Amino acid sequence: MTLPAAAIDEWYPVAMAPDRPLRPDQETTLLGERVRVLLDGQEPRVEANDGRNLPVIVRHGHVWTSLGAPKHDLFAIPEGEQPGRRLVECGAIRVRCSPLRAVENFLDIAHFPFVHTDILGSEPHTEVNRYEVRIREEVDEVWATKVTFYQPQAAKSAQGGITTEYMYRVPHPTCSVLYKTCPPRPGEWDIITLFVQPLEEDLCQVWPWMALFDDQTPQADLIQFQQMIFLQDRSILENQIPRLLPLDPGMEMPTRADLTSVAYRRWLKKRGYHYGAQLVAA
Amino acid sequence: MRPTLYDYVLSPSCYKARLMAALVGSELESVAVDFHPGGDHRKPEFLMLNPAGTLPVLTHGGLILTETTAMLVYLVRLAGRCEWLGGEDPASAARVQQWLAFSARLTASLGLARLHDMLGRPADIDAARWAGTLCLRELESALVENRLLGEDFLAGNAPTVADVACFPYVMLAPDGGVSLDPYPAIRAWTRRIRALPGFVEMPGIHRLHDLRPEPGEAEAAA
Ligand SMILES: [Fe+2]
Repeated sequence: MTLPAAAIDEWYPVAMAPDRPLRPDQETTLLGERVRVLLDGQEPRVEANDGRNLPVIVRHGHVWTSLGAPKHDLFAIPEGEQPGRRLVECGAIRVRCSPLRAVENFLDIAHFPFVHTDILGSEPHTEVNRYEVRIREEVDEVWATKVTFYQPQAAKSAQGGITTEYMYRVPHPTCSVLYKTCPPRPGEWDIITLFVQPLEEDLCQVWPWMALFDDQTPQADLIQFQQMIFLQDRSILENQIPRLLPLDPGMEMPTRADLTSVAYRRWLKKRGYHYGAQLVAA
Repeated sequence: MRPTLYDYVLSPSCYKARLMAALVGSELESVAVDFHPGGDHRKPEFLMLNPAGTLPVLTHGGLILTETTAMLVYLVRLAGRCEWLGGEDPASAARVQQWLAFSARLTASLGLARLHDMLGRPADIDAARWAGTLCLRELESALVENRLLGEDFLAGNAPTVADVACFPYVMLAPDGGVSLDPYPAIRAWTRRIRALPGFVEMPGIHRLHDLRPEPGEAEAAA
């Protein structure tokens, strides 16, 4: 199939940044094409199947590349640069699902009590309070703000249950940034991201990354907490039907719990980003 | 002093030790090891503890155990819950050993397929899934025969270390692209294990009440 420009001319994560243990000469897949991640000294280089060198950005703990020629820079996360943050790369976890489904699931807080029981949510606290979602035209991003939720253990550093506030941001069709209440430092936000590498339309690799204020918890515990959370989602993602994210060419009827999902789908349609989606009328 | 488990949350083998401890009512200290992406189990400090570079490791006083089945036996005896070791007659004792050894085949097949599909580890994925499928068929027919004898578990009427050793990789087979749909006796067995008092979860393995009913189950009960 020919790939749409919206998918080709985009940046995607393909490896952890080279200050993390990087197997030299790593083979991986991007949008159905084999690519190789090599190291020239400490500089990562990415080579396409036909031998051509692909553009590279090293940012947010990862190596990003593109099969095309993106006219835009990779999004920034300014808060992630604040001094004192712990940067935690969690490695890749592969999921047999559409990359867009992985992002949509990340945006959905209604599933917390049922999938992340007693960690990110619990019964009977299943109510999702009213929050605000909009597409910020000036930056062309989806934002959900004022999301509040009762959580038994919102983070590795949380002692007991708290009401957590969240902001979700979608700056990229296959990436989302979550800002959440930081238990040890009120007033600041912990940053948890989901960077999704589309291997194929229904197969992806997620690279969770975090920038946290937490100087107590050992690195391995932080990584395993995040991996545990993501693995709870994985079996659900792999069983979703249809595998591709349905994008209704017409209007979608929002329900309160999935406002963010509706905005995300609308935004994908507007950008013409259909890799991992299927266009269907409801 | 409690035993210390060098642990990785996504490892079914580490989960065996956590599950065994929970089922016999004991507690473990847990030390998280960055297996993925850090590969800390291959680093010199860890190799000093376990030259094989495998997880889990269980330490208690001067004792260092690196084989999961040995840990299960140790945790059971430590808690004085020897009913988990199975019957003492020759056949019962041998059946437990038979399934403990069988569990290594599950790790090498279904476990490898899962590592490939989930963490992108290199593997001959078709060979791994096929070997796993053969294991599941063997397990299915053994469980069917047990049920004909009125036995609910692998080595008799009560759960033993053998069930704990085999359960995790079987339950997580779908993570490696191997469905449990063709194996009703296995599914029924996993439900009996998940219903045991003290049962704990790991990512991908849910407690019984969270499960969707089997097709027709609710209707038939009504
Ligand atoms: Fe989730």
